[in-house]
Amino acid sequence: MHELGLMQHIIETCRAEARGARVELITVEVGTLSGVMPEALAFCFELCVEDTPLAGARLQLVRTPGRARCRACGAEFELNDLLQGCDCGSYHLAITAGQELRIKQMEVA
Amino acid sequence: MCTTCGCLQMADVGPYEPRRGDTQAGQRATLSIEQAVLAKSARQADRNRRWLAERGILALNLMSAPGAGKTRLLERTLTELKGELAMSVIEGDQETAFDADRIRATGCRAVQINTGTGCHIDAEVLGHALHELAPARNSVVMIENVGNLVCPALFELGERARVVILSVTEGEDKPLKYPHMFRRCDLLLINKADLLPHVAFDVERCVAYARRLNPAIDCLTVSAVSGHNLARWYGWLRAQAAAARHPVTT
Repeated sequence: MHELGLMQHIIETCRAEARGARVELITVEVGTLSGVMPEALAFCFELCVEDTPLAGARLQLVRTPGRARCRACGAEFELNDLLQGCDCGSYHLAITAGQELRIKQMEVA
Repeated sequence: MCTTCGCLQMADVGPYEPRRGDTQAGQRATLSIEQAVLAKSARQADRNRRWLAERGILALNLMSAPGAGKTRLLERTLTELKGELAMSVIEGDQETAFDADRIRATGCRAVQINTGTGCHIDAEVLGHALHELAPARNSVVMIENVGNLVCPALFELGERARVVILSVTEGEDKPLKYPHMFRRCDLLLINKADLLPHVAFDVERCVAYARRLNPAIDCLTVSAVSGHNLARWYGWLRAQAAAARHPVTT
């Protein structure tokens, strides 16, 4: 349940960035290979945001796809499961996207 | 957040002023943040790595499911390499100081971290623990992470290498079940080899699964009870410690 600590960090960052403005929407990108469960993040958001200046804000989670490059044949392809291999049969992959957990933006009023 | 005491260290906030990348429409504004959530943690991990490197200290992050035998392996390693390698231990558990007490009983220095509700050690907590431990130059710091194959995989601490320990009572398919962990480790120790005659555990298949995720991973079957292959684990440890040490400069 590392999502709890991650969400506390997200809320702390957004609170500081808002500088007192009322936050309406927070957009967070979650890569499919990040090891972070969007459902758990959303659950923790509800818990963590209570009794903070961000109470009432909504959370928008954007799932970003993973990508990999095969170290054997050089092919580049979408990868959303770490157990998936390249069509050439190799599992020796370099992950090029999908591991990010990033606060994109927020709407304030 | 400081997970040592759970305090939320909030920055002082001033009134909102638009910055580059922000857009405004009427009263509403969209603030561009573009910040990796783990960026602060990664910076602290870098600070830990530099601090350790400046002192020639080898730090290993030991991870496993609960009960795989991390503490037993450490007890035996500390006892058998006493006098050869200077070692100290940082123990991570949600509660109790049982493991640190076991380590101290070997005559080795240990700091216990209790993560409370936390499921892993993070770089900031490790930074505090390193200062408390004050390890000697050119020594080895063993970081026994919280028993968990999920969360510790995601949090870099500043360690030189990651060791995952899997016991033969757990099933050889663990690498595929917890791919995030196994793809980021440098060494897989398959522990409790003395129990192999009694359990249906396919060592070769386990190694093949681990290498499918991580072709570069070193794999070693050991027993902290019978001593099987511990000499090879010690060899790996000596090589890592030598690589971490500073060459003597005059």
